Amino acid sequence: MTAKPKFAMYWAASCGGCEIAVLNTHEKILDVDANFEVVFWPVAMDAKYKDVEAMEDGSILLTLWNGGIRNNENAEMAHLLRRKSQILVAFGSCACEGCIPGLANLSPLNEIFETAYHTVSTENPQNIHPQVSYPAPEGTLTLPTMNPVLKTLAQVVDVDYFMPGCPPESHQIAAVIDLVIQVVQGKAELPPKGSVIGCGDSTVCDECPRTRNVKAITAFKRIQDVAPLDPELCVLEQGVPCNGPATRSGCNARCPRAGAQCIGCYGPADDVIDYGARLITAFASVVDAREPAEIEAILDGIPDPTGQFYRFNLADSLLRAGKGAAMSRPNAITSGGKP
Amino acid sequence: MIENHKPKIGVYVCHCGSNIAGTVNVDDVRKWAQEKLGPEGVVIARDYKFMCSSLGQELIEKDIKELGLERVVVAACSPHLHEKTFRTAAEKAGLNPYLTELVSIREQVSWVHTDKAIATEKAKSLVSGTVQRIAYNTPLEKQKVPINANTLVVGGGIAGIQAALEIANAGFHVYLVEREPSIGGHMAQFDKTFPTLDCSACILTPRMVEAGTHPNITLMTWSEVTNVSGFVGNFDVRILKKARYVNEDVCTGCGICTEKCPKKVIDTHYEAGLGYRKVVYTPFAQAVPRFPVIDRPNCTFFQKGTCKACEKFCPTNAIDFKQEDEFINITVGNIILATGYDLFDAGRVTNYGYGRLPNVFSSIEFERLSNSAGPTGGEITLRDGKTKPETVGIIHCVGSRDKNFNNYCSSICCMQSLKFAHIVRERTGADVYEFYIDMRTPMKAYDEFYQRVLDEGTLFVRGKVAEVTNAARYPHEKGKLIIHVEDTLVGKQRRIPVDMVILSNGMEPRHDAKQTGQTFGISCSSDGWYIERHPKLDPVSTMTEGIYIAGCATGPKDIPASVAQGAAAAARVLDKILQKEVEMEPIRASVIEENCSGCRICNSMCPFNAIAFIGDLKVSRVNPALCQGCGTCVAACPAGAITGTGFSNEQIFAQIDGLLMTV
Repeated sequence: MTAKPKFAMYWAASCGGCEIAVLNTHEKILDVDANFEVVFWPVAMDAKYKDVEAMEDGSILLTLWNGGIRNNENAEMAHLLRRKSQILVAFGSCACEGCIPGLANLSPLNEIFETAYHTVSTENPQNIHPQVSYPAPEGTLTLPTMNPVLKTLAQVVDVDYFMPGCPPESHQIAAVIDLVIQVVQGKAELPPKGSVIGCGDSTVCDECPRTRNVKAITAFKRIQDVAPLDPELCVLEQGVPCNGPATRSGCNARCPRAGAQCIGCYGPADDVIDYGARLITAFASVVDAREPAEIEAILDGIPDPTGQFYRFNLADSLLRAGKGAAMSRPNAITSGGKP
Repeated sequence: MIENHKPKIGVYVCHCGSNIAGTVNVDDVRKWAQEKLGPEGVVIARDYKFMCSSLGQELIEKDIKELGLERVVVAACSPHLHEKTFRTAAEKAGLNPYLTELVSIREQVSWVHTDKAIATEKAKSLVSGTVQRIAYNTPLEKQKVPINANTLVVGGGIAGIQAALEIANAGFHVYLVEREPSIGGHMAQFDKTFPTLDCSACILTPRMVEAGTHPNITLMTWSEVTNVSGFVGNFDVRILKKARYVNEDVCTGCGICTEKCPKKVIDTHYEAGLGYRKVVYTPFAQAVPRFPVIDRPNCTFFQKGTCKACEKFCPTNAIDFKQEDEFINITVGNIILATGYDLFDAGRVTNYGYGRLPNVFSSIEFERLSNSAGPTGGEITLRDGKTKPETVGIIHCVGSRDKNFNNYCSSICCMQSLKFAHIVRERTGADVYEFYIDMRTPMKAYDEFYQRVLDEGTLFVRGKVAEVTNAARYPHEKGKLIIHVEDTLVGKQRRIPVDMVILSNGMEPRHDAKQTGQTFGISCSSDGWYIERHPKLDPVSTMTEGIYIAGCATGPKDIPASVAQGAAAAARVLDKILQKEVEMEPIRASVIEENCSGCRICNSMCPFNAIAFIGDLKVSRVNPALCQGCGTCVAACPAGAITGTGFSNEQIFAQIDGLLMTV
């Protein structure tokens, strides 16, 4: 029997939902096992980094990488798995565009640690503050060093394919797995390098069944303040900021179908260069007011513009990070709190 | 840029005499472009004292032919000035005009910087940006669209009347829209005009009548423009025709309704609050058109449901209480805005006491007071309507040349004040004091008029009046208005008791000028006046093609200047009409339909109504014949599915890369 192609999956700065999404393909996961030899998948099986290091370069056929690059451990693993893999896929929003962890790019590291360890919402009676190294009796213990900003996988290593979604939809994952199996069996060809896979080539609106009219928005509202939401009519037209118009299709417009606004987890559509900027100009364009004060009042209806427009995309946007974060030093981890 | 072919680019750096070369090291920019931008496709870089001269242009033409240049970058002045010059030159040499671009290193560099090293660096960055960008430029062809020969003139003051008559006399149709019941504007309220002292009505009314009866003029008074769409040559205009409650088709203008109307109200508008008018009225005897209007908020019938005196007595049954506001849509090729000015509200200068001290008059009140058709029949009296003043003080620059109000000079107030002095002395023999900061009498026969008023014995005090008060300090001030002023020529404080004070109010932009500007797509300066395309060389055009401005809408002016501007705007419009078609820049937006998911965000964006939604395909589409290339939809499209020629993502990002290149 010829050896099965090797498969790996790794989890960097992310929530773990992508891993669950893979398992959520149900019996399809058995196909992975049938067709691949899983050599490294910390969430599912025991393995050590040194095992990976020992592998031959290029010996893993497919690596699904989820998560952004937040610390030097993430970066080291990205380089390592890049070397060992033939096909490296940025899997899920964090790897593709930074996602929620990327929002931390608005704050310098010391502020992040200050908030996480020393504010009122944290119970920290011993005033613990993490250190990159600690002299324990058994020897020096170390932790990875945080980078000043979170980077996407492609900002750190060469990436072959991008698979968006927070997390990617299970049916899309299943389709991609099927495709790779067919490629392995010589029945299909891989798409061109750099392609965005496991998704559509249009926007969420394209998959959304709601009726759309000419838009004239006189107030932006939070969805809980619109009661009841018209089930037939475009969500944005009802004043709820829906990111569907700029967001890549592929989810089958799940949220708008369920009566909620699209928050943009599938990332920018093909021709969208800066996702947030696109949406900002689009929303501003349909504000129906002429007086500056009136316009201001309507725009104030979006209380958290970064969260609205860059929730998933900040680390991959043209801005990438706030100035304070971009200028902060990697070792800021030790400078903020008390030992 | 086609595939990997790097087009051959020529860079030409202009000295503009010392305009650019004084602040930018032109030679350095040229050398740098030749050496550092070589890899970007620059095959030749030259500098020349005046690139726009015929010799400079020939330099470019020669290089295009001999070196086979495919792109030309000229670093000189603003594209507004010479883009056309260089594009035409390149076209003569066989290069599509849109493959030539100007880099403004004069307006954006030499004129705004003083440090030569930094200015030179910035000039290099700008050149680099355009060199990077121009590689992606594609040849474009101009399009021609026919021009609608009808013209809309907004505002029926003297400037608008003049413009309308010029165009109508040339044989083209004009819609003259005025929001008051009659045309005539401010000029209809004046008694005499400076410096010749002609009777204002005598010179104005023939023009009004001509405009009212001209076969080529459709006069629409008591009407306002509410919406404008389209572009030069093809504007769609929506006009609100307010209900007059008088049927214009049958009204003869006999005036019986006005005579019989039992209710009088204070005329705050035409008579400046000094007289009364009936509720059904024409603003003044020579009003054009002659049809009256019913002042609905004050009409007894509309308030209480009874009266109808006008209806009963009207010999032609022209009164129509059921009339409603209506909207009229017209199509025109060009628009002239002659919307005039508002008089500065003298009450805002509280220390002059207007509105508090009865015998302080505004300039317009004095105009009505001195007008033989006015409330006193031309008698100059105090507020009681009887007493003749023995001493009169006239205060200049009320609301003008004053940091608290308007910085600008209202241009007419000196002459207006001199006219007032002359009239007061002529009719009452009173002593007249003029309080001025500087005397400004620069136009034809103006200074002679000043000399005349000086000779007549009017007393001139140079200084800004601090206060007008009725609080007497000395016995001889009792019962008088005291003008407190620093006489800067004598160098001391003076208190001059007078019976009457006339304030020479300045001019202000219309209170709704900004809103009107938005309707027509033109902008206002920080002072609020409409901005000319070029303050010296193109004073009646705006940055919006096909929209012209004339008269006081662009800034304070006297009557001759307003008339000249009205005629100038008309000449510009006739020029356009006679060309029969207008060349449109080929900058157009287009929808990449595969990427459009029909979200319809762009649908309401287009100021030219060029975007249509194709329901069957669920995509939006831009009509290239209507698109003006403004780029609004390109910016608005959330999916990036709309692209604009000349402003593709490749071009913009290449330009940014070029700008950020280390120089």
